[in-house]
Amino acid sequence: MSTLARVRATLWRTALQAVPTVFGIVILVFFLLQLVPGDAVDVLAGESGGISEEGLAMLRASFGLDQPVLVQLLAYLDHLAHFSLGYSPRYNTPVMDLILSRLPGSIVLMLLSQIIAIAVGIALGAIMAAWAGRWPDRLLSLAALLLYSTPGFWVGLMALVVCSVWLGWLPSGGDVTIGADLRGWAWLKDFAAHAVLPVTALAGFFVAIYARLVRASMLEISRQDFVRTAHAKGLAPFVVTVRHVLRCALVPLSTVAGMHLGTLLGGAVVIETVFSWPGLGRLALEAVMARDYAVLLGILLLSSLTVIVANLLVDLLHAWLDPRIQTR
Amino acid sequence: MTPLLEIGKLSISFPGLEAVRGFDLSIHAGETLALVGESGCGKSVTALSLMRLLPPPARVDGSILFEGRDLLALSLAEVRDLRGRAISMIFQEPMTSLNPVLSIGHQLEEVLRRHEKLSARAARTRAVELLDLVRIPEPARRIDDFAHNLSGGQRQRVMIAMAVACRPRLLIADEPTTALDVTIQAQILELLDRLRREFSMSLLLITHDLGLVGQWADRVAVMYAGRKVEEAATQRLFEHPAHPYSRGLLATSLHLEQELHYRSMRLPEIRHEAGDAGESTFRLIEASPQRIPLPPPADTPILSLREVRACYRTPRGDFAAVDGVSLDILRGQTIGLVGESGCGKTTLSKTILRLLEPAGGTILLDGQDITHLAENRLRPLRSKVQMIFQDPFASLNPRHSIETILDSVLSVHGLRDRAGRRARILETLDHVGLPRQSLLRYPHEFSGGQRQRIGIARALILKPSLVICDEPVSALDVSIQAQILNLLVELKRDFGLSYLFISHDLSVVRYIADEVFVMLGGRFVEHGDHRRIWDAPRHDYTRTLIEAAPARKAGAPASRLELAAA
Amino acid sequence: MASSTVFLSERSGPWSPRFGQFTPQIRAFLRNPAGVAGLSLLLLMLLTALIAPLLYPGDPLDMVARPLLRPGQDLRFPLGTDSLGRDVVAGLAHGARISLLIGFSAVSISLLIGTLIGTVAGYFGGWLDDLLVHLTELFQTLPTFLFVIVLVTIGKPSVMLITLSIGVASWPTIARLARAEFRSLRESDFVMAARSLGYSNSRIIFREILPNALPPIIVTTSVMVATAILNESALSFLGLGDPNVVSWGSMIGAGREMLRTAWYLTAFPGAMIVLAVLSLNLLGDALNDALNPRLRELS
Repeated sequence: MSTLARVRATLWRTALQAVPTVFGIVILVFFLLQLVPGDAVDVLAGESGGISEEGLAMLRASFGLDQPVLVQLLAYLDHLAHFSLGYSPRYNTPVMDLILSRLPGSIVLMLLSQIIAIAVGIALGAIMAAWAGRWPDRLLSLAALLLYSTPGFWVGLMALVVCSVWLGWLPSGGDVTIGADLRGWAWLKDFAAHAVLPVTALAGFFVAIYARLVRASMLEISRQDFVRTAHAKGLAPFVVTVRHVLRCALVPLSTVAGMHLGTLLGGAVVIETVFSWPGLGRLALEAVMARDYAVLLGILLLSSLTVIVANLLVDLLHAWLDPRIQTR
Repeated sequence: MTPLLEIGKLSISFPGLEAVRGFDLSIHAGETLALVGESGCGKSVTALSLMRLLPPPARVDGSILFEGRDLLALSLAEVRDLRGRAISMIFQEPMTSLNPVLSIGHQLEEVLRRHEKLSARAARTRAVELLDLVRIPEPARRIDDFAHNLSGGQRQRVMIAMAVACRPRLLIADEPTTALDVTIQAQILELLDRLRREFSMSLLLITHDLGLVGQWADRVAVMYAGRKVEEAATQRLFEHPAHPYSRGLLATSLHLEQELHYRSMRLPEIRHEAGDAGESTFRLIEASPQRIPLPPPADTPILSLREVRACYRTPRGDFAAVDGVSLDILRGQTIGLVGESGCGKTTLSKTILRLLEPAGGTILLDGQDITHLAENRLRPLRSKVQMIFQDPFASLNPRHSIETILDSVLSVHGLRDRAGRRARILETLDHVGLPRQSLLRYPHEFSGGQRQRIGIARALILKPSLVICDEPVSALDVSIQAQILNLLVELKRDFGLSYLFISHDLSVVRYIADEVFVMLGGRFVEHGDHRRIWDAPRHDYTRTLIEAAPARKAGAPASRLELAAA
Repeated sequence: MASSTVFLSERSGPWSPRFGQFTPQIRAFLRNPAGVAGLSLLLLMLLTALIAPLLYPGDPLDMVARPLLRPGQDLRFPLGTDSLGRDVVAGLAHGARISLLIGFSAVSISLLIGTLIGTVAGYFGGWLDDLLVHLTELFQTLPTFLFVIVLVTIGKPSVMLITLSIGVASWPTIARLARAEFRSLRESDFVMAARSLGYSNSRIIFREILPNALPPIIVTTSVMVATAILNESALSFLGLGDPNVVSWGSMIGAGREMLRTAWYLTAFPGAMIVLAVLSLNLLGDALNDALNPRLRELS
């Protein structure tokens, strides 16, 4: 089968799998949310106060919250079929618009932290494997284990204390300086200064995971027969390590990186809160507090879809990294 | 003439283990030297030490002079310059010895570009030529294939191409054919011998199989427990082995021209005893006539197969691994089933035991149709058929002691009485020749031969009528092999057992079987009385198998005589 | 390579036969300083959790002194007090109770669900396997922490609910692992032997396969307890924890307000989390080395 045909087959298979998964998630979460006491109107009423019973009923009717659960579910599925995520009672905006406005922030945060984590993880892992059992390995292993054991939000808070409160090097929150109205390079520099701490705090945990994984897989692979063959050919140790060992270690790394995407989204919720970063994670938390289920469901769906797409990318990456794997 | 390679007083030790002690050997230019020994004798470690490929904890002392330079005194950079260029090596497992994620072309070009400093284009052209040299069909197309696209034999050919790419003076082949089928084995050895002559290389052939040696080697060195016990020209070693261990090794390794049959003769055994000073002494028990005759098979079959089919589900639809086979095993008979890997012999044994659901046909056990019998009704019948597995380690649960392993068999089959169970277990241990104090030990505490005895005990404890032996001696050393085969014959006589004996090794089947079935592609292509099938094989495939089996006598093939004349 | 033949040796030792199978692993574990350190640290944490009510009787949420005492300022409150005048040390000690309680019980729930589903799927295969794999994938597609947040909002936040939520959200890891183990062990020769001897399914599952599938599950369990503690702390940090108990996460959440002036209110509970999680990860690594014989050979 040609590469293109295999890619197309994989895409098609994923699309077919995604539909029941999304359907299942919608139904599961929808019913779970029905168990939650109170709704968005209660929260609104609580905040503004003094809304009459009739007013509440009218609000509920306008958002369809007075309908039976099944009707609400069907209405939601109908929205989905028309590529709409419904309407947010709290923000008084279509959920899609709300999510799209927060999406770039989250994507930048997560993408940057993943790229950094993978690059640093591979480098540290390779160093640890090369010096396995000796002091550079022991030191880095301990550091990785510490990082692996530290909550990201705490790393963020401590970094904030040091870099922003004590040293005053970096801003403490948000994504750009409010009211500065910068353009071009100045904007980019300002944005980068704001992004350093959240990206680092989010990346830390993953650096630890990837470094540990790369180390373990490289040690495992370096015991394989084909590595002995490579040495028997007279290749230099560095060539053997990079071309034969590291190349193979990328396969488990890509698997684990794909698997941890869900963890990444969860981590983003907390990190965004710590640094007041305008992203989806904070939106999700706000939606929970406000009992704004349309928004919450929208975010959950979107993140599930992201996980599905990421798995697809990992599958394709695998097929490219490891010729033994036929894209199923 | 100074030898190409001269090993002097070589000692190799690992923490807590002395692998090689005071080992001397020299190899002359252009000759084939075979280094023979059983597993763990230190032969592979020696080979790896020649390439300085042993892992760090190994301590290597002595000298290894290659063209006058001591390899052990060279810097690693100097050694790397020799590796793959002057000395090359091929390994036992072609499957794992090639990098699975790089194309074979890439791996071939790598060695060429390293040592011959070829351009990318020139390296590729040379790689195609090399693939052609080792007879890979359509080399220009296969060069971009990966290891998993090739068969086992082809992979070993690629390994050989890689090893000879820079025309080394010495090629070390560590068990190059052990993982391959008999028919492929002969081809690979022929290829190695051809290349040796073409490139005037020396070949160090490391093997456990004396059979191979006679045909291909000029000289043989025999190794035992880290020491060289004998070294001689091949012919001389075969005709007048000097050391008792070599004598034992020669006597116990079966070969196809041998007229031994279990109904009349016991196999020779080699017993090893450690002397007071820690030195080893060997006692050879020669082949002897069976003292108590074995009763001839009865007329009633214990097992009948009629057109049995078994399928595996694959992404490309069902694949019939067993495709309509029929067979009768009479009470007291031993049926030998011969075939190469993938022919369906193991699938057949699993189907008979109903570990796989048959896709068609009928299985009659002792006259009763068990083809689709429900598990709860099958359970009482299971005691009639038992199985002995190839890998004695994998077939024993590592988390259970021997007592637990044997005791649960009995309690599952309804023996409530604790003392009765214990008595039966001890009795069985006696039968298979295991000491009674083995009971509380775990499988990893035993040697390979002893583990297989445990496997046999587990199969026998239910007093079955039929035992399916799936390659029961293939994973064992030759000297142990004979002991287990003798044990199987004794047990057959004592308990009136019938055997279905599955093996890829024709010489073993020749000894143990009354009737032989030859299997190919899920079907029986030929069957017949054991004498008839060796003397007058009818099917082409049977003939191929018999011809491919290593010949015993030294210098047999024509190529070798040619060389001697030249 | 070097000989791996093990000869029948005379050492069977004083170990009882029942645990004899694990003696080499226990020895390997005890020889690993990191593992011993992890175990000691964990035991110390457990001890702290156990005796916290004795050392600091009374509710750690009560005001006991002037607010915002700095560490060392008043020796009765060595690590000072927070903005509501609560003793930081008492909070840390009582926080250990909640973290460890939630960590271990949540993972017990995951272990129960995950092993059950993984075993059934891996051992029996067929349509049941397909179904359970799809179910597992469905749960794995939901980002764990977001899912925990949704689950926690279902009722009034309480220790029980948080435990249940974390447990229910994290079983797929165990299920996948158990399934993979059962699938490969189901095809092993010793299980073939057991089936050919007519052993029942339950006997094969519990007596033959489970003891062999357990080591990787045990290793994963210790790492999962660590993850559960991290998740619980993140939840309380966000203010979704049980308001009636003190937890390290909620202490950090409260301390965050004072980050500029009283950073130590954030630093101390965070350090406790690191210690607790570190002990479990050290333990997990050491168990992995001890139970994975190939790695043991290397070291």
